[in-house]
Amino acid sequence: MHRLIRMGQIEFRLLIALAAICVALSLATDTFLTLGNLTSLLNNNSVNLIWAVGLLVVLIAGGIDISFAVMSSVVQYVAAVWLLKMGGGNWFFGFVLCGLIGAGLGLVNAALIHGFRIISIVVTIATFNVFFGLLMFFTKGRSIYNLPDWWADRVILFEHQSADGNWSELTLPVAVMAACVFATWFLIRRTNLGRQLYAFGDNPEGARRAGVNLAVMQALAFGWCGFMAGMAALMQVNIVREVVPNALYGRELDVLAAVVLGGARLGGGKGTVLGCVLGVMFVAVTQNGLNLLGVSPFAFKMIIGAAILVAISTSNISLGQGRAGHREAAQ
Amino acid sequence: MTETGPSRYALRMKGIDIRFGGVQALSSVDFDVRAGEVHCLAGENGSGKSTLIKIVTGVYRPDNAALIELFENPVEAISPVQARARGVAVIWQDLALFPNMSVAENIAFDGLVGLRPRGVRYGDMKLRARAALERLGVTLDLDQPLENLAIAQRQIVAIARALIQDARLIFMDEPTASLTQSETDHLLNIVRKLSSDGVAVVFVSHRLAEVLEIAERVTVLRDGKLVGVYPTEGMTQARLGELMTGHILEYKVTARDMSAAPILFEARGLSVPGQFEGVDLTIRAGEVVGLVGLIGAGRTELAHAMMGMTGTAAGSMQLDGRPYRPRNIREAIAQGLAYVSEDRLQLGLLQKQSIEDNAAISVLDRLLGGLGLISPAKKTDLIMGWVSKLGIKIGLPADAISTLSGGNQQKVVLAKWLATEPKLLILDSPTVGVDVGARAGIFRIVRDLAERGLAILLISDEESEAIYNSDRVLHMARGRIAGAFDPRTTSPVDLEAAIHA
Amino acid sequence: MTGIVERARAALGREALGLIVLMVGMVAVFTAANPQFLSVSSFSSMGYQAPLLGLLTIAMLAPMISGGINLAIIFTANISGLAFAWVMLKAGGPEAGALAIVAGAALALIVGALAGAIMGAIIAYVGAHPILVSLGMMIFLRGLGEFLTKGGDISGFPEAVGALGHGDILGLPTPLLLFIAVALAWQILLRRTRHGFAVYMVGSNIRAAEYAGLPTKRTLVMIYALSGLVCAIAGILMLARFNSVRVGHGEALLLVTVLAIFLGGIDPFGGHGKVFPVILSIFILQMLSSGLNLIGANQHLSTAVWGMFLIAVMILRSDRLASLYHLFRKG
Repeated sequence: MHRLIRMGQIEFRLLIALAAICVALSLATDTFLTLGNLTSLLNNNSVNLIWAVGLLVVLIAGGIDISFAVMSSVVQYVAAVWLLKMGGGNWFFGFVLCGLIGAGLGLVNAALIHGFRIISIVVTIATFNVFFGLLMFFTKGRSIYNLPDWWADRVILFEHQSADGNWSELTLPVAVMAACVFATWFLIRRTNLGRQLYAFGDNPEGARRAGVNLAVMQALAFGWCGFMAGMAALMQVNIVREVVPNALYGRELDVLAAVVLGGARLGGGKGTVLGCVLGVMFVAVTQNGLNLLGVSPFAFKMIIGAAILVAISTSNISLGQGRAGHREAAQ
Repeated sequence: MTETGPSRYALRMKGIDIRFGGVQALSSVDFDVRAGEVHCLAGENGSGKSTLIKIVTGVYRPDNAALIELFENPVEAISPVQARARGVAVIWQDLALFPNMSVAENIAFDGLVGLRPRGVRYGDMKLRARAALERLGVTLDLDQPLENLAIAQRQIVAIARALIQDARLIFMDEPTASLTQSETDHLLNIVRKLSSDGVAVVFVSHRLAEVLEIAERVTVLRDGKLVGVYPTEGMTQARLGELMTGHILEYKVTARDMSAAPILFEARGLSVPGQFEGVDLTIRAGEVVGLVGLIGAGRTELAHAMMGMTGTAAGSMQLDGRPYRPRNIREAIAQGLAYVSEDRLQLGLLQKQSIEDNAAISVLDRLLGGLGLISPAKKTDLIMGWVSKLGIKIGLPADAISTLSGGNQQKVVLAKWLATEPKLLILDSPTVGVDVGARAGIFRIVRDLAERGLAILLISDEESEAIYNSDRVLHMARGRIAGAFDPRTTSPVDLEAAIHA
Repeated sequence: MTGIVERARAALGREALGLIVLMVGMVAVFTAANPQFLSVSSFSSMGYQAPLLGLLTIAMLAPMISGGINLAIIFTANISGLAFAWVMLKAGGPEAGALAIVAGAALALIVGALAGAIMGAIIAYVGAHPILVSLGMMIFLRGLGEFLTKGGDISGFPEAVGALGHGDILGLPTPLLLFIAVALAWQILLRRTRHGFAVYMVGSNIRAAEYAGLPTKRTLVMIYALSGLVCAIAGILMLARFNSVRVGHGEALLLVTVLAIFLGGIDPFGGHGKVFPVILSIFILQMLSSGLNLIGANQHLSTAVWGMFLIAVMILRSDRLASLYHLFRKG
């Protein structure tokens, strides 16, 4: 009980809400609480979760990143072209290449933000346009289908056939997602670097005076987010088995909404991996439930949006007015 | 007083020069602090106090320095990291803590700084934090986020944070600015304790009374130059004020008998649960009523209720003989009240906006020209009119308000409210952050306004300020009006005794 | 001569002057590359294209000056367009009369203003962060729109509606005239009315504004309601230009509006910014896009260049540039 209270209001409330929805759906449908449905929920949301934890780190450090989804598109295209040129490559090269390109793109954001003291929303909106525009320009919007086999083949980690003959399975993206979630938790909770990130997001001036290296903090936050975008890129290709340059365009705001729903604060210093995962799963389970209940797929988003608005209006998540750093200089 | 004897120095500096652009911020300043001493660094805003601290902590590098010694070891140039390693810590006025992190983590944070990746041992951190708090004789919930703590407790966290780094010389920048009297007393006790442990503490403070209470010696700076170093024994507030400003300030009682003037504002049995109760208050036209008391006694809360910012649970108010019950600040303004907030930086002014917009903000309705649009000419006329009436020194009306000095900013605040043509002006600590020299100018304006029939409620933390500028002084304690004083028959010392009784 | 420069600077602001120089330079470069650029037809086509982005940017402007943001502008425009289309269809599609057009426009404006007012109310009275609220509203409206249209197009409008999108008055494109009218109204609204004054003050420090007696909550509701109103105008124009309504039309313009606003020198923290430089930046973006188009590049390249432009402008405005320069000189 003590731990639950320490868990934080938002996480706790979200957990209750999620549990309530799960119970309700298990009672209302006989398909929700099946191994097949639950595993597919995980399979389908692994990419979102990988992005979410990456974005979480940026939010904790007091920034915001709009460019991560488009970054993933760039990563998968460049990686695909490169790997094909290399003659195929393998998983090892895939991970290294995607991780490096992603982190590199994140560092571009960090360099602009720190080097010229431009706020992150401006920089990432700009790089969003640059990344996407250049990608579409150079690729002319053409998709890549002839991917190396290792990349396009499904890697099944667990499978089970139930009595009625339905298959349920967990695939590689779930494992990668779990690793990313764990790594992020470890970074922000268990290492001194992660704690400095919190401090930086919480009170940048205080962190600077304490001797925290702000350039490294920005690089770590945006680099981490970029790295996660790289991982998400690799896994998304593994799921859809093609590289479509504009497939991920527009996903960033949904992920942002879910992460903020999970208690991360725009402005920095607040947010947990648990809340972040709960936020994404809350949206995912709601959507899944509506689907199972036979609600028209066109109504999903409307209900999700309404749920977010209601959640904001009732939870009194006092995020304060104004955006990051919006404090009049207390001289 | 100190076990180590007076010959050992925590810090010695001689001949410090530093220039910023065309301004000589410090010129051949000497400064020394003995080990275990409580020392006060006094001076008006801009006298070079902060610059001096920043040199000691390595934020600035002096252009010239004949000598800098830390704990009797000469140092060439100090970097922030070196200063900390050698046992120098600063507790800034804003504390530089992390509101969302736990108390333990705030105290032990400096152990986490650095780029070499390593694990965080929360248990160890808590142990060290607890030990530091024990040294101060304080217990706090270590797992709590700092934001749940009151300012006074946060200050203690900041001190514990300095101790955990083995600080032997601690600078405190305006540490009591936002503390109540009992919290201040507690803090002063902690400072004494540190001092007896051999930790030297340098106070930078505006509040002269507490400076004289705690410090052994006081170093006075004025315009970047050393005025002198004085023992506090035998020093008076008035003398210290003179040393800081460089001119003799005349204090004289200006109170008049206003009992014949018509009653303008009257409150009967006014109560807001948890803030104040049963407050009776009468203010007559042209009268200046001083309201003194400890921070937390309910004075600002009373002002907020009068302005309609909080609803009252019981009691009634009358303005000009008519029932007065404002539902929000706009109604209060419309009926003739004005409120100069104690927090000029955050609430009194919009620091990013221009001087003229800050002056016009409450009277937009009167600045309309054709078609109901705001007339820029009328806006400029408004501010220029007040600039000449109040003697405000400004550049251009379109310059940001933050370019003005504290005293001139406060005059713009007055102009803003006077433009609303109020009947009752509430001044909540109007001289906070205003130089001693500029305060007189503000009170001259207040006196003028009262002469012209404006009723004024002056909330003040300084007994002498209330005594010398009011016609009548009320004392508020624990949410009630505890007594009334006539400045003509009460000295500041009597009033101080009554407040701290 | 310097007197003129000084007066121009005082009247237009520093940002505007820089942008005008930029614009002139751009016209010169594009004209040199292709003389076709400096022709009536090319300017006329810009006059048809720029107003949509322009109106949406104006919808974004006041929320950003107030320290917030309205991420729901595109879908507010779509939903308002949908309301208009619904009245048209009820009134007989292409045969709908003038009365129906007026009624449709009125309904669209009401829907847009209502969507904005709800956001404003949540921001003002709950104190939730504008990014979060408008993100929730965006997701809701997108869902609502997709639900109502089942993801399809609605078309078949009277000719008069088409004239709004393609016609001209005295040789000037109707959309351009519409945009100029709205921009002028907004210039007056923001600079000369009590509401406009309050917008800046709320963006600078909402608590101080409240203490000074400004109706801050009402101001916030108004800001978003008026933003929604302009979205509705943009929605009707969009319908007229494309001759159809589809939820998702113009989605790519969302971040471009933010880009245009930052390019126009609006303070990212709120409290400062002028209408005129923002309008200039809209035309700069449009010229860039048309110019690149003329020399054979496609829309995507101009998207990328827009982003680079924003970065370049922010770098040029950055105080850091000067200090980095000095560092470089010394080193």
